[in-house]
Amino acid sequence: MSEQQVEAQIDVWRAAILKGRAVNDTDADELEGHLREQISDLESVGLSGDEAFLIAVRRLGQVDVISSEYAQEHGDRLWKQLAVPSDDDGRRRAMTAMFVFAILAAVLVQVARFCAQIPGTNASWLLRDASFFVLPVLAAYFAVVKRMPWRRTLALGLVVVLLAVAVNLFPLARGGSSEVLIGIHLPIVLWFVVGASYLGGDLRWSARRMDFIRFTGEWVIYFTLIALGGGVLMSLTAAILSPIAPDSIGQVYIWVVPSGAAGAIIVAAWLVESKKSVVENLAPVLTAIFTPLFGVMLVAAAVVYTIGGIARDFDRDLLTVFDLLLLVVLGLVVYGLSARDRTRSAGAMDVIRLVAVVAAVVLDILILVSMFARVGEFGLTGNRVAALGLNFILLVNLAVTAWLTARLVAGRVPPTRIERWQTGYLPVFVGWVLIVVLALPPLFSFA
Amino acid sequence: MNIDKDLVAAMATPLVLAILAEGASYGYAILKRVRELSGGDVEWTDGMLYPLLHRLERLGYVSTEWGVSPEGRRRRNYEITEAGVAQLAEQRKQWATANRTLGGLWGTNFAVAGA
Repeated sequence: MSEQQVEAQIDVWRAAILKGRAVNDTDADELEGHLREQISDLESVGLSGDEAFLIAVRRLGQVDVISSEYAQEHGDRLWKQLAVPSDDDGRRRAMTAMFVFAILAAVLVQVARFCAQIPGTNASWLLRDASFFVLPVLAAYFAVVKRMPWRRTLALGLVVVLLAVAVNLFPLARGGSSEVLIGIHLPIVLWFVVGASYLGGDLRWSARRMDFIRFTGEWVIYFTLIALGGGVLMSLTAAILSPIAPDSIGQVYIWVVPSGAAGAIIVAAWLVESKKSVVENLAPVLTAIFTPLFGVMLVAAAVVYTIGGIARDFDRDLLTVFDLLLLVVLGLVVYGLSARDRTRSAGAMDVIRLVAVVAAVVLDILILVSMFARVGEFGLTGNRVAALGLNFILLVNLAVTAWLTARLVAGRVPPTRIERWQTGYLPVFVGWVLIVVLALPPLFSFA
Repeated sequence: MNIDKDLVAAMATPLVLAILAEGASYGYAILKRVRELSGGDVEWTDGMLYPLLHRLERLGYVSTEWGVSPEGRRRRNYEITEAGVAQLAEQRKQWATANRTLGGLWGTNFAVAGA
C-alpha cells in the first residue's frame, strides 16, 4: 500500500472523528499526531503502511467511543453558544446599533403615549399609528447595519412619511371599521418597508426575497420567546408588588410593557441575524411538524363540509377565519420551501404539502360558493371588501402553488419554480395592503 | 495478565501525573511510558488518554502549550503544575493505604512487589 493511500485513510479517519462535534480541530490535530507517530513506529519495525494504519487506529480506539469520551469532558461544545462578539468588528457594530435603536424605539413609544394623553386630543390615533413609532426604527437599524446607500434610505424614509401623512389626514370616523382596518394593515405595510431595508434596498432577486421571508419566520419565533419571558417577568413583578404597593402595578405596566415590546422588536431582529449560523432555523422545523397535522385537519374539514353542506349566510367572521387558515397554510408552504434543498427531487413532504394545499383550496372554494349562493342583498362594506380581497389573493396563490407542487411531484418542474412563484407574489401582497390602507377608507367614506 | 477496566481507570490519574512529574511530555510519549512501565499489562485505549489530559488541565493539575515535533508537526506538550504535584502526593497516600490494607491480608511481599 502506498504512502498516498495511507494519507487518504488518515483523512477519512479525521473526518469521522470531527463529525460528532465533541472533538474540535485542535483535538483532531493532537489525535492525528498520535496516530502518525504510532504508524511510523510500527513501520520502523517492519510493518507495511496499511498494517501499521490498521493497528494504530485500533489502538486509538473506536471513533464513536473516543467521541463520547470527549463529549463527557467537553459537553459544552455540543451546545453552540452565542458568543458576545469581541474581535469581529462588524458584529460588534451591529450589537451597539441594536442597543441604540432598541432604546430609541422604547423611548419613542413612551413619547407617543404622552402625546396621546394631552387633554383635548383624540387618543384613538395612538392604536392606529403605534407601528409608526417602532417599525421605521427597525428599518433604520437595518439601513445602518447593512450600510444601505443614502439615496435608497431617503426614498424609503419618504415612503414612510407619505404614509404617515396620508393616514393621519384621513377624516376617519372614530372607532369606525376604516380606522380598525388601517390599524391592522399598517404594520404589514411597514413590515415590507423593514424588508426593503433588510435587503439593503435590493429587491429584485428571488433568493434575496426568500432571505427576508426566512428572517420574518425566525423573527416571529424569537419575538414570541422574548414576549413569553417578558410575561413571566411582568406577572412576577405584579405578584411581588401587590402586597406592598398594589397601586403602582398599573404604572409599572404602562411604562414597561410598551417600551419592552418595542425594544424586543429590535432585539429579536438582531438575534435572528447573529444566531443565523449558530442555531438551526426553527421556522422550518415547526413547519415540518405541523404540515402533516394541518393536512389531516384540512382534509377532514373538507370532507365534512362537502357532505354536510354549509348553511351560513355571508359572514365576515367566517371569512376572516378562512383568511387566517389560508395564511397559515401559505406559511407552511413558504417555510417548508425555505428549508428545502433545491437540488433534491420531490419527496414525501412535497406530497403531504400538496394534499394540505389542495384541501385548503377546496375548503375555501366551498365556503365562497355557499356564501355567494346565499348572498341575496348583502352590500359591500370596507371590512367585507378587505376580507374578500385577501381571500381571493390567497386563493390564487395557493391554487397556483398546488398546481406547481403537483408538477413538481410529477417531476415536471424544478423546486425553484415554486420558490420563484412565492417570492414573485410578494408585490401582490404589498399592493393589496396598500390598497386597504390608502384606497378603501376614501372609497367607503372613512366609515 | 489483564488488569480490570475499573482498576485501570482508577490508576489513570496518578499514573499520568506521576509520569509528568518526571518531566514534561506529550500524549504519545506518555502512553509509551505506560507500556514500558507495565510491561504491556496495562491495556489502555490510546484515545482515552486525551480526554483525561484535558480533564486534568481543566482541574489545574497540568498546563499545556503547543510545540513542534521533530517532524515539524504541531504537538501539545503537557507539564505538571504545583496543584498537580499536590494532587499526586494525595493520591499516592491513598494508594499506599490501599496497598497496606491489602498487603496486611496477602502478606508483606505484596507491598514490596507492588511498590
